[in-house]
Amino acid sequence: MTETKQVYWEDVQVGSEVTTLPKIASTQMLVRWAGASGDFNPHHYDDKTPLAAATGGIIVHGALKRQWLVQLMTDWVGDQGWLKKFSCQYRRLDFPRRMASLADPAEGETWQCKGTVTNKSVEDGEHLVECEIWVENGQGEKTVPGNATVVLPSRGG
Amino acid sequence: MSEGSAITDSIRAMIGVMADPVVMEVEAGAIKRFCQAVGDSNPLFIDAEHAKNGPHGGVICPPGFFGWPAKPAPMFSGPMASMMGEFAKAGFPGVLDGGIDFEFFQPIHPGDVLVSSAKIADIYEREGKTGKSLFGVIETTYTNQNGDVVARGRMTLIGRQS
Repeated sequence: MTETKQVYWEDVQVGSEVTTLPKIASTQMLVRWAGASGDFNPHHYDDKTPLAAATGGIIVHGALKRQWLVQLMTDWVGDQGWLKKFSCQYRRLDFPRRMASLADPAEGETWQCKGTVTNKSVEDGEHLVECEIWVENGQGEKTVPGNATVVLPSRGG
Repeated sequence: MSEGSAITDSIRAMIGVMADPVVMEVEAGAIKRFCQAVGDSNPLFIDAEHAKNGPHGGVICPPGFFGWPAKPAPMFSGPMASMMGEFAKAGFPGVLDGGIDFEFFQPIHPGDVLVSSAKIADIYEREGKTGKSLFGVIETTYTNQNGDVVARGRMTLIGRQS
């Protein structure tokens, strides 16, 4: 049984930050994602494919970065929260770290999934919070911007 | 390529075309493998003991997971493949995933059987910094065994000139 701290609608304000989620994309993570998601597009594992060769190597799946952002939100809203709407755009390519050993990626880039609250409202009895969210690469560039709307529990019940 | 529309009649004819529905069985093991791939250890998705006392009475899928494969075969065959083929014929052979828009209506539990119905909702073109691109919007509706629509996704595929 894992204890998780629950955030309530009253706890957050416009401008509040979503708890940052760091991620490291490695070639191993891409292999796992290909198998777990069923996306076997070769430019995610073969650096001789035209797109990979033209851009600098095998490419992190957009949908994997999407799922990091989903995790950013589901971690934040906790068991009692609900991710209601989610969108993101794959604006820039990201390139995974190589593996240094069986289990560990080589030194290199770390990505940060971040978010800020942009609006709060109550609609049809649901306590809603809207957030701007994004994945930031090692250079601080937003490679995957997006938006999320979550339902949070209210202390008012 | 920058003069006039790149959307040929045969591309335009694909708007509204539906893929064959795909049945997706949601297995607890597949949820775990998905979470492991993402690096997501949320107990609501992987710990039955924890989740049974939660608001959903058990483990649920992380939003965005609808059973394996997450990218069903119609992406690579059927009308989506035909659309990308038409894009290629029109001079846009490169394919990129542009992004996704989800609405989540109800939790999905292990043991659920979802039907994924995808259609080509829209096709449009846009001029960008690197030239013109074609955009195809694939709308997928996920319905569970009770007939409830549990989620809807709209993904944008981009056809590029290279």
